[in-house]
Amino acid sequence: MGSRASTLLRDEEIEEIKKETGFSHSQITRLYSRFTSLDKGENGTLSREDFQRIPELAINPLGDRIINAFFPEGEDQVNFRGFMRTLAHFRPIEDNEKSKNAAVSEPLNSRTNKLMFAFRLYDLDRDDKISRDELLQVLRMMVGVNISDDQLGSIADRTIQEADTNGDNSISFNEFIKVLEKVDVEQKMSIRFLH
Amino acid sequence: MELFFNPFDNLVCILLGISFTVWFTLLLVFIIVPAIFGVSFGIRRLYMKTLLKLFEWATLRIERGAKENNHLLYKPYSNAIIAKEPTSLEEEIKEIRRSGSNRDLNSAPEFEMSDIFYFARRGVASIMDDEVTKRFSAEELESWNLLTRSNNNFHYISLRLTVLWGLGLLIRYSFLLPLRVTLAFTGVGLLVFLTCVIGLLPNGRLKNFLSQKVHLMCYRICVRALTAIITYHDSENKPKNGGICVANHTSPIDVIILASDGCYAMVGQIHGGLMGVIQRSMVKACPHIWFERSEVKDRHLVAKRLSDHVEDKSKLPILIFPEGTCINNTSVMMFKKGSFEIGATVYPVAIKYDPRFGDAFWNSSKFGMVNYLLRMMSSWAIVCSVWYLPPMSREEGEDACQFANRVKAAIARQGGLVDLLWDGGLKRGKVKDTFKEEQQKLYSKMLRPTWAPPD
Repeated sequence: MGSRASTLLRDEEIEEIKKETGFSHSQITRLYSRFTSLDKGENGTLSREDFQRIPELAINPLGDRIINAFFPEGEDQVNFRGFMRTLAHFRPIEDNEKSKNAAVSEPLNSRTNKLMFAFRLYDLDRDDKISRDELLQVLRMMVGVNISDDQLGSIADRTIQEADTNGDNSISFNEFIKVLEKVDVEQKMSIRFLH
Repeated sequence: MELFFNPFDNLVCILLGISFTVWFTLLLVFIIVPAIFGVSFGIRRLYMKTLLKLFEWATLRIERGAKENNHLLYKPYSNAIIAKEPTSLEEEIKEIRRSGSNRDLNSAPEFEMSDIFYFARRGVASIMDDEVTKRFSAEELESWNLLTRSNNNFHYISLRLTVLWGLGLLIRYSFLLPLRVTLAFTGVGLLVFLTCVIGLLPNGRLKNFLSQKVHLMCYRICVRALTAIITYHDSENKPKNGGICVANHTSPIDVIILASDGCYAMVGQIHGGLMGVIQRSMVKACPHIWFERSEVKDRHLVAKRLSDHVEDKSKLPILIFPEGTCINNTSVMMFKKGSFEIGATVYPVAIKYDPRFGDAFWNSSKFGMVNYLLRMMSSWAIVCSVWYLPPMSREEGEDACQFANRVKAAIARQGGLVDLLWDGGLKRGKVKDTFKEEQQKLYSKMLRPTWAPPD
C-alpha cells in the first residue's frame, strides 16, 4: 500500500517546519514519507529500535551515539518535529543565509550548531565538557578491538593536551570550536539533497 | 406449488441459463483453448495499450489539478533523494584532516577530533535514505494507475477522474476478479487432477511427454488467471536438462511466469493445506524436489539431493531463487551460495515487472498469501519481461561466492536492477557484527598504520 504521506501532514505543519528548519516543501514531504516508512509501529513516533533496523546505521561504529542525538534527554520516542529538527543540522548552508544578521535567531544548520552536534556525540553526560573518559569511549567505539588500551590512552592524552587551554583536563565547547576552526565544517557536516 | 412456476420465474431461469452458457463458452474459446495450445489472440496486449493511454491521461489531470490549487505534488523519487559520496573511509577522513590541520601532514597524523564528522554524516545520511530498507516495501510509482492503493496525491482528483476510478473499480471487482478466480480454480483443479491421472502411467517417454504438456497447459491457464502479459527475450538460452535455473525473486508468481514457458523441477518445502495437495500431486507426474521442514536446515542433504537430480540428464532443470526471500524488484540482493556450489551449469534469468499495471511484490509482513493473490487478481494486469541469459559455469580459481556474485551482476545488469551486496535476510533479521568490525578495522589503520593488526 502506498503511504498516504502528504495527506497526513497538514499544510500548517509543513509551514512551521519550513520556518524552523529551512527545508523546502518537497524535502519535508519526502522526509515525512521516510519517517512513516521507518515507523513500523505506526504510532507517529520513532523508537531506538526503529533506527537500529537500518543496516547501514547498525554497522556504523558511532551508530548508537547518532541515534541518541535524536532523542531528547530521558525520552524514548521522537516525533516528526524532533526528527526534522535534528536532521536540520545537516542541511547545507546556502549562500543567501551566510549574510543573515545576528538579530535573527541562529538557524539550526549554522556552523556553530553543526559543531554542537558533533560535540554532543562525544559529550555523553551533557555536562558541556569532553572528559578523558568520554574521549576514550568514543575512540574505543571507532577502533573496536584493533588498538590496545595504552595506545588509545596516549592518543586521548595528546588530544586533550593540544586542545585544552584552561588546564582543566577536559575539552569545553569553546576549546572544541578553536581546535576545529580551520576545518570545512560547512561542507563536511552537510548532506546535499538531489531535488 | 403453483406459485413456484410462474412465467416470470421461468424467464429468469432461462436468462440465467443462457448467460452462464455464453459465459462459459467465451471462457473456453478465448482463454482455455488458446492456453492449451499456447497461442494468443492478442487481446491482452490491446488491453495493455488502452490502459497505458488511460494512465497518462489520469496523471495529466492530477498535475493540472495540483497546479490549479497552487500546490506541490508529492513526487516519489525511487532512486535517491540525497547525494551519496562514493569516496572511501580513508579518502574522506584524510580530506577532513587536510582542511583543518595546523601541522605538517608528513608527520603521521594520529587522531583528529574532526574524524567523527565522517561517521556522523554517514550515519545521518543513512537515516535519511538507505539502500536496504526501501527494498522491502512496494516501489512508488511516478504516475497514477487508477488504483487507490498506489496514490499519494489523493486530494487533487477531479470529478471526471473519480468517475473513471469508480468505473475502473467496478470493472476490476465485478468482472475481472470473478473471471480470474474462476480461471485460477480451473487451472489448479486441472493440474491436480491430470497429474494424478498421469501418475498412474508407468515411467517412460510417454509419461514425461504428457506431464510436460499438462504442466505447461495448467500454468498457461494460471497466467491468464492473472492477466499476465509476459515478454520472453532470448529464448535460445532457455535452461536445459541437467542445469540449474536461477532468477531474482519478487513474488510467488515468478514460478508461474517461468513455468508457463518451459518445464522445470521445482524446489521447496512441503506445505500443508491446498499447497501441499498441489505439491504432492505434481510430484506424481514428474520428479520435483520437495523437502520436509526438518530437512531444510541440513545443508549437506539439500546439496546432495540437488546434485543427484542434476546428474540425471533425463530430469528437468531445477528452478531456484537464491535470494531466499521476496524483494521489491528494484534491486537484486545477495545470492545464497548453496546452489552455486553444486557445479552444474547455471542458466540465469532476469524478471522485471512493470509496476504501472499492478505491483507484483509480495510484502509478506503486510499481507498473507490469500490477501496477496486477491490483490493480484484485482489489479489491472501483471506485465513483465523475462530475459534468458547465456549459461554460466564456475571458472577456475573462482569460489562459489564469487560465482554467485558474477551471476547476480549479470542478472542485475540485464533487468536494470540495482546490484546490492546486502542479504535479503535483513528483511527480518539483524545485520552481522562483522560489517561493523570491518569499518572499525579500516579506521584504526588511519590512526597509525603500524599499530593496527595486519590483515
